Amino acid sequence: MKTKRLETDVLIIGGGTAGCFAAYTLGKEAGVSVLIAEKANIKRSGCLAAGVNALNAYITEGHIPQDYVDYAKKDAHGIVREDLLLSMSERLNHVTKVLDDLGLVILKDENGKYVARGNRNIKINGENIKPLLAEAAMSQDNVTVLERVNITDYIIEENEIKGAWGFNIEENVFYDIRAKAVLCATGGAAGLYRPNNPGFSRHKMWYSPFNTGAGFAMGILAGAEMTTFEMRFIALRCKDTIAPVGTIAQGVGARQMNSHGEIYETKYGLTTSQRLYGTVTENREGRGPCYLKTDEISAAQEQDLYRAYLNMAPSQTLKWLEGSRGPASENVEIEGTEPYIVGGHTASGYWVDNGRRTTVKGLFAAGDVAGGCPQKYVTGALAEGEIAAESMTKYLKNLNADSEKSNAIKEIETKIDNASILKKKEYEAHLTAEGKDSEDTFFITAEQLEEAMQKVMDQYAGGIATDYQYNEERLVIGKKRIGELLGMIDELKAKDMFELKDIYEVRERLIVCQTLIEHLRARKETRWHSFGENTDYPKESNQWLKYVNSKRKPDGGTEIIFRELVTGGKVYECTDFTE
Amino acid sequence: MSVRILQNKCVGCGKCLSVCPGNLLKKGEDGKVHIRNIRDCWGCTACLKECHTGAILYFLGADMGGMGSMLSVKEKGDVRIWRVDSPNGETKTIEINMKDSNKY
Repeated sequence: MKTKRLETDVLIIGGGTAGCFAAYTLGKEAGVSVLIAEKANIKRSGCLAAGVNALNAYITEGHIPQDYVDYAKKDAHGIVREDLLLSMSERLNHVTKVLDDLGLVILKDENGKYVARGNRNIKINGENIKPLLAEAAMSQDNVTVLERVNITDYIIEENEIKGAWGFNIEENVFYDIRAKAVLCATGGAAGLYRPNNPGFSRHKMWYSPFNTGAGFAMGILAGAEMTTFEMRFIALRCKDTIAPVGTIAQGVGARQMNSHGEIYETKYGLTTSQRLYGTVTENREGRGPCYLKTDEISAAQEQDLYRAYLNMAPSQTLKWLEGSRGPASENVEIEGTEPYIVGGHTASGYWVDNGRRTTVKGLFAAGDVAGGCPQKYVTGALAEGEIAAESMTKYLKNLNADSEKSNAIKEIETKIDNASILKKKEYEAHLTAEGKDSEDTFFITAEQLEEAMQKVMDQYAGGIATDYQYNEERLVIGKKRIGELLGMIDELKAKDMFELKDIYEVRERLIVCQTLIEHLRARKETRWHSFGENTDYPKESNQWLKYVNSKRKPDGGTEIIFRELVTGGKVYECTDFTE
Repeated sequence: MSVRILQNKCVGCGKCLSVCPGNLLKKGEDGKVHIRNIRDCWGCTACLKECHTGAILYFLGADMGGMGSMLSVKEKGDVRIWRVDSPNGETKTIEINMKDSNKY
């Protein structure tokens, strides 16, 4: 394996929504070199590959940012960081204006004002939103994009970030990237649990199946503090295609109906988790399947739905057209997905301060990896990318002011150089000598471990199989099995660099699963039906109005830390966050 | 769901390679594009939109209720023309002006 060593001021890991916007923001800082390391290709990578139907986080006329904070807090039953939500909400309309200027089609009325859909959404044509963001990032003179490079580990020295290691997924190249500041923007974790379509269409899931929790795993391994993994996200979706239901529900006013023809959605409450729980319960009690009642819509509405889905979830339109089973003639069946860990929807992720600094010096987090700040959607991820970019600029200025400690720096450099050699050897040990399939590559494979992990999580950590429910005994069994699977990683063999990526992706997922299980065990209540349904403690309790945080211990175990809620007007301050 | 790459239409230009969010497409020794693992597609259709020879078609797996119809897309100025070809020879098209916002 060849080695490429790169130096940069800022390394952005992941060129998705938050990463691209951070790079775009850093474009204003001509003297700062920025490198984006992207596992795929930034034009269509991340969550926005197919497009997005609407901007779901916007402060519409007559509302203020605090309204958005209140909404997100209510939806999460209180477990949010209000300081983070407010700093995000204050920028939602500003980043939307930037998107407008970049060329995003946004529906406007005759006075040039954005047309709202409900209280917090605006209507767009978001099919090309990712190419627009990618172009905005790439066109900055100080931004370099490194595509097809999979980053697996941070370089850390005494709780300070020094860069990251990774490899090219096509060529035999090891990347040793040294950076003064790092932004983690890898997105959340999909594929932890057995999915709705476990066979041929296993990747037809809600979230990008290529978001494998790399950022969470790297942070966990580096000893960064994490928060609220136990608030899982489970989406209510169109059956089979896993396409959004909100476009139908909000667009044509379709309501949730069971097989008896009863509208059940108001029976269970209207938070995101309650809507899902309603459908799960109707099914469990024998009143499924459940539907969105669409059979009263007009032919014109049906055509508009076909178009809307082609611009974000094309499989749904194909399903409707194939066999002539459009929504005007057939109600749309709905189901819950498998659980995900994603800080853009729930509060899971890195524990950060208002500048999106993590507890590791020089490491920042934005978008779906950053915790405490749910309901981000696209615009919230952009806002966090911008906030993190501004914090990094400040951080670099302070760093440059006091960086004349030559001897100590040399010592650290040598230490890192040696660690780099070991990391490269670790990668090489997985590759078969001939670069071909061998007995080893057909024995225990990354795919096999992934399926085993998904089965364990499904059955023991509250997946679809148990209607998302779990208890202590199940979690303990799950923990043991996940640990055993993680122990098998070293033995996996890859015939090429793409397969090496597969190995590291299942490693990442297993590490996330370990932390997730510890969080599920730690919160001894049921605050969010389905998202976190502990059958040993089936009720919500005010004693649990606090954050469950975690940190990996040097021995590989997990330390659970409880922290008091950060509420109205207060800003979280902690000595762990270093300027 | 996944994509089917018509080998007789693929000219090996490689445009699709640079947009797959999962890096699933690669050029074979024959100079044509192949999918690494047909089960790994997310179904985003980014590759279809890049292909100017119409070599990439999109279909639903039978586990999603697919019955062999193929979805394709062509660009004409600001308009995207989506087309579904079913096995019995029926075709349906839907045009979307990309300057128009979604209604919902």
